[in-house]
Amino acid sequence: MQPLEMSAVDLVAALRQGDITAVQCTTVFLDRIEATNGTINAFLTVDREGSLVRAADIDARRKAGKPLGALAGLPVALKDVLCTNDMPTTCASKMLKGFRPPYDADVVARLRQADAVFVGKTNMDEFAMGGSNENSAFGPVRNPWDLSRAPGGSSGGSAACVAADMAPVAIGSDTGGSIRQPAGLCGITGLKPTYGRVSRRGLVAFASSLDQIGPMARSAADCALIMETIAGHDPGDSTSLSVDVPRYTDLLDKPLSGVRIGRVPEHYAEGLDPEVAKGVEEAFAVLKAAGATVHDVQLPHAKYGIPTYYLIAPCEASSNLARYDGAHYGHRAEPGGHAKKAGGFESPLVEMYCRSRAEGFGPEVKRRIMLGTYALSAGYYDAYYAKALRVRRLIRQDYLDAFQSVDLVGGPVSATPAFKLGEKTDDPLAMYLVDLYTVGTNLAGVGGISFPCGFTKSGLPIGFQLQAPPLAEPLLLQAADRFQRLTDWHRRRPKAAGEVKA
Amino acid sequence: MSTAAPYTTIIGLEVHVQLMTRTKLFCGCSTKFGGAPNTQVCPTCLGLPGSLPVMNRQAFDLALRAALALDCTIAPFTKWDRKNYFYPDLPKGYQISQFDLPFSSDGTLEVVDPKGAFEPRRVGIIRVHLEEDAGKSMHDEAAGTGDTRIDLNRAGTPLCEIVTQPDLRSPQESRAWLNELKLLLVYLGVSDCNMQEGSLRVDANVNLHIPQADGRVAKTPIVEIKNMNSFRSVERALVYEAARQWEEWQATKAEMGKTPKQTRGWDDPAGITRAQRHKEESSDYRYFPEPDLVPVTVTAEQIASIRGEMREPPVSLRKSLASKWTISAYDADVLVNQGRELVDYFEDLATRVGEGKVASNWMQQDVLRILNDTNSTVTAFPIRPAGLADLIGRVVKGDFDTSRGREIFAEMVTSGRPVDEVVASMGISAVSDDDVLALCRELLAANPKIVADVKSGKEQAAAGLIGQAKKKNPNVNPGKVRATCIDLIRAME
Ligand SMILES: [Zn+2]
Repeated sequence: MQPLEMSAVDLVAALRQGDITAVQCTTVFLDRIEATNGTINAFLTVDREGSLVRAADIDARRKAGKPLGALAGLPVALKDVLCTNDMPTTCASKMLKGFRPPYDADVVARLRQADAVFVGKTNMDEFAMGGSNENSAFGPVRNPWDLSRAPGGSSGGSAACVAADMAPVAIGSDTGGSIRQPAGLCGITGLKPTYGRVSRRGLVAFASSLDQIGPMARSAADCALIMETIAGHDPGDSTSLSVDVPRYTDLLDKPLSGVRIGRVPEHYAEGLDPEVAKGVEEAFAVLKAAGATVHDVQLPHAKYGIPTYYLIAPCEASSNLARYDGAHYGHRAEPGGHAKKAGGFESPLVEMYCRSRAEGFGPEVKRRIMLGTYALSAGYYDAYYAKALRVRRLIRQDYLDAFQSVDLVGGPVSATPAFKLGEKTDDPLAMYLVDLYTVGTNLAGVGGISFPCGFTKSGLPIGFQLQAPPLAEPLLLQAADRFQRLTDWHRRRPKAAGEVKA
Repeated sequence: MSTAAPYTTIIGLEVHVQLMTRTKLFCGCSTKFGGAPNTQVCPTCLGLPGSLPVMNRQAFDLALRAALALDCTIAPFTKWDRKNYFYPDLPKGYQISQFDLPFSSDGTLEVVDPKGAFEPRRVGIIRVHLEEDAGKSMHDEAAGTGDTRIDLNRAGTPLCEIVTQPDLRSPQESRAWLNELKLLLVYLGVSDCNMQEGSLRVDANVNLHIPQADGRVAKTPIVEIKNMNSFRSVERALVYEAARQWEEWQATKAEMGKTPKQTRGWDDPAGITRAQRHKEESSDYRYFPEPDLVPVTVTAEQIASIRGEMREPPVSLRKSLASKWTISAYDADVLVNQGRELVDYFEDLATRVGEGKVASNWMQQDVLRILNDTNSTVTAFPIRPAGLADLIGRVVKGDFDTSRGREIFAEMVTSGRPVDEVVASMGISAVSDDDVLALCRELLAANPKIVADVKSGKEQAAAGLIGQAKKKNPNVNPGKVRATCIDLIRAME
């Protein structure tokens, strides 16, 4: 089998057994990136030189019989929201164009320790704000299944690069669905772990109380492999959970019999694409066949998920993004004739702030900063932010209540398959609704996984989502893996990307 | 005095003190003062993308100590909030502080003037909370470019903010209260309260209550005074501001609530307060809970353990010192106000001398005088308690008179040498009882008039013998000569 088609689990085994060297493996993926990235635009930075040096070092150490990390030689792509001390970290924003952090994110350090090889940094919606990857300052990513369509977002580059075989594994971040939704639209598997399971240190913050890092790969088994490296307590992140990390890969073999899966009738209300609905129903049938039972459950406050999310996330973002002011790093506007009289700025400092931020941020980022700033302002706080926090507690309680009677909650990831590039860019509200089925997981702080459960007639992937109680990642991965042992949707490769290769 | 003034001055203070931790509040960087700019920084205190804060428990415990000493109620559950504003020395664009759930509230600290310059004043503490400091902006005027340079060494340093009720009634009282607060915090090892290094900063809120003919009390608009860099400037600024408000009241009759709260900066060289721009005072900080930190819980056991480690605060130390060493309340006050080290010195000395009053007198009349003259502290004082006790013991025994003792003391301070060496180098030798007796006999023989006067009951005439005795032997103790002479004359009868 060719490395491009192998799972991460198999690649790591092949590397360990010496069937393939790290340099060979890295080169194959780098060449694939070189051939396809011009079309897909999944990568913002490709580190050919650095990754080959690293791969050669791993090969040398293996040859010398020295101990190697669990992922030795495995190519990994990193969403450009994760700090890396040897590659730029831009968050797909003009604001951080060329910015090089002096430190590695905790997740990056753990992957380095495991001897993974970073092939590059992936494209995304600017500062992880968006659901289509069209908010990148460096151009949109194209969906490998249909180049005229969006890959979803915000981890669109990470999803597309895995779908297009540019990397076996990518790391994404999920604030309201940013791993699961693009995974669903690109036909790959993406896990959003429980809040606090993976350290956020070095993840450039969008909404601190919602952000969570997770793996994106071709299968649940590959996600399980990556989780063993990236999960765990970090004393440098006060919100990280001090709980032992299970051997996720060992727990996959447990049968699904007796596992109760909840089905939310409200999910099938208007707006759900019939082909998606059909795919989702068929997924339930497969899980039943695997021994699970399916039960209707209620999430009464789910309908408030979007408005609640679009208050809490912008409020936190408005504060998290205040540091990009041109004073210390990042984009700074050139001083230019906007004197007090001409431009209306009260001081050169205020002018520098205003113009640096006006030039550095894209429209969606500005929109959310303004939303959040407004909602936190004196006189509005109670009506908006404080109320949103109360609803958030109700939503979390809904989930905890549901998990009294079921072990998992299943349903669609997105209401529709991948939409056309440009289709929703003029309508921010329509774009916000792409997170409809995913924001609840983040607001509740629980975990969720998305994996392909079918294709539309036109050949677009359909995603299925499972959500689990806090720290039930083993069950999420076990159920998704069981599903993938019984189906081959996750093995299908996009033709569009294949054509690009030629 | 304000009792005679046609108004009452109402003052509340807001004090920021830097806690004496080795490292910053949310990262491991050093808090040492005076490092080269931007050398004590890391991604967290630089506010770099992706960096996260982790609370320094030592800072929290020190702040708890301060709050307990101020008799505050400690919240069992407290959280952090973000105070959002843009400023170049605030790299994250927000300060991590505490807004609606401070870790402590509702305390008091009393100030008493031992000379009775004002009535004892119990000042309520509204709240004590913890927050991180910002960096320092330095306007580079020397370069002529108008550039501003930023030093972030101080960014993230732990600060305790102490907010009082408007319970103070005069500038003098306010200054005394600040001294008492500083003394307390220094005693407890919470802060060094060094205003020059910025580890203690004070803002004051002041207005006047003016009784009206109809029985109503008119209140002038509250003014917040900033930029005061010593307790003396606080007092001066408050004196100035009260007078200014009185003048303004007479001119405008403007009352509180009708005009917004104003911020004025103290201009020390000019000795006046100046209005600051309105922009700076009408900020909306958009506080919200800091999502990067978890709430802090404080248990009764933690409070008990912090109480257990606390040293005696000045207020009770004054009482215990007075009763233990039978010295006056005034003396105890003077000693305690000099700081913990001086009290330790005094207690060591008093133990060795065996008498508190004598030790206290030497401390106040001799040791403190030198410390004040040389502007130094007792830890740097060249005579240690054992050496001073030796000297005092010999003076008490009568080996030297007090003025001789003082000369020896002065020489011990300059040379740093012990009593014996100093005595030898000054050519002083103790005079034996036999020598005194012989000298007195010689004097009585040579001065029959004085002998006759004393015999006739005029004992004060013996004073004439002292001068002659000193001339014959400068080391002789005048008191002893006098007593011996009188005894000898009485024996003649
Ligand atoms: Zn630091």
